[in-house]
Amino acid sequence: MARRASWQEYQKDIAADNYYYARSCIRQNFFPGSERAFLDILRNDLKINIFDDPLHSSCTGIGYHSDVVPLETIMTIVARQFSLMAEAGYENFVSSCITSFGIYNEILATWEEFPETEERTRRFLKEATGRELVKPRSIAHTSDVMFLHREAIARRAKHCLIDVATGEPLRVVEHIGCHYAKIFPKSGIGGSEFPYVLAGMIESWGGEVVDYPERRHCCGFGFRNYLVQANRGSSVANSHKKLESMSPYKPDFIVANCPGCAMFLDKWQYAIAEMDGTTYGVGGHGIPVLTYEEMAGLVLGYDPWELGMQFHQVDVEPLLNKLGVEYDPDAKFLGRDGKRIGRPKSVAVNCSEQRQIYQIKDNLVRW
Amino acid sequence: MRINFGYDISRPRAIDLDNNDLRKSLDIIAELPEVESCIGCGSCTASCTAGNLTQFNFRKLHTSVRRGEYKGAYEELGKCMLCGKCRLVCPRGINTRALVMLMKRKLGDF
Repeated sequence: MARRASWQEYQKDIAADNYYYARSCIRQNFFPGSERAFLDILRNDLKINIFDDPLHSSCTGIGYHSDVVPLETIMTIVARQFSLMAEAGYENFVSSCITSFGIYNEILATWEEFPETEERTRRFLKEATGRELVKPRSIAHTSDVMFLHREAIARRAKHCLIDVATGEPLRVVEHIGCHYAKIFPKSGIGGSEFPYVLAGMIESWGGEVVDYPERRHCCGFGFRNYLVQANRGSSVANSHKKLESMSPYKPDFIVANCPGCAMFLDKWQYAIAEMDGTTYGVGGHGIPVLTYEEMAGLVLGYDPWELGMQFHQVDVEPLLNKLGVEYDPDAKFLGRDGKRIGRPKSVAVNCSEQRQIYQIKDNLVRW
Repeated sequence: MRINFGYDISRPRAIDLDNNDLRKSLDIIAELPEVESCIGCGSCTASCTAGNLTQFNFRKLHTSVRRGEYKGAYEELGKCMLCGKCRLVCPRGINTRALVMLMKRKLGDF
């Protein structure tokens, strides 16, 4: 009871319609299907207006956190994004990336605290692009938007987060990106300690949230943690700590709202399996890692391969079977034009042959 | 290890008091109870003659031993010259030289 009261103190106003969409660099490369699914769910299922602007750029957050992009530069780039939004006639900014979300909040707070930095940024923006800075009325992360509409999605659900064989709720680990609410607790639903944004979706869609000791630990992404190869041992140690901690609770899958977290919790399982021979899921498999759009897409009955779930390092088929999702196993590695694009060799994390790496080129020749 | 990625999983440096064998540590404290009054100020290390010439760090060493981290402690204690400067500066008046001798006696097997 105390926990619930605690998260309810941290609420935020999320606009209900007319969003300006800012994409994520990492997600466009590693989870392109998730961004597509977000737009499809909002436009087609929920009939909500969202503008996907081809003019906007990277927020350069990766460079900023790696000390290669100066503060003045990133402020000007963010100011350009905001002015593009205003030019398009929107005032509700939604960011697909947690890093960007943190950046936008940090820069708006900096402008508030140090007005001279805002004035300087206005000048830079004018000189560089001829644009005027217009600040957004509201800023939300895309998981906030999904959280807001979770009941509407639940009403349209074709699959609930329930094991069709046993009728039991699926046990779901939720992982919140650090930059969602650890920088500005008031910017997240539930604050930094008890973020409810993903737990709310899981509960609304029939699943059971797993509470485990390292639930709020970082995944180890953290830019400088992995950009330098010598530091990657520290990066993987974070995911390792989390996976060791969650494994005894036998989660059916992990869901994350941060591009880096979803990528690292998935791909570090591959690396750990290859280095240590350890896997954390049931039956020697890894634990599938989903984005919240993929989770919502499965609930709404989207095809898993349309959602881009073949991009995952840990195979999702065991989870799809539990959910009772119908899918064509042969269509997993079909390209957009229906041609086979190559099939990766099985790896230790998916409990198959060992000492295998991707041999797409060989397979292409064979096919 | 099957694939060498050029890095390994960094192991945590946290001391696991739940799994460490604290029997030797408790023996040491029982024989020299004043050790428990240590405030970890580091004066012993700062004044240490051996520490000036080597990586020998007496505060780190006896703190680790009290927490059940015995590995390598005996060999490390061999660097102590028993000069007793640490005893002169200890604000708690701990007989640090006696502690060195006691730990060497207890930890020879580790």
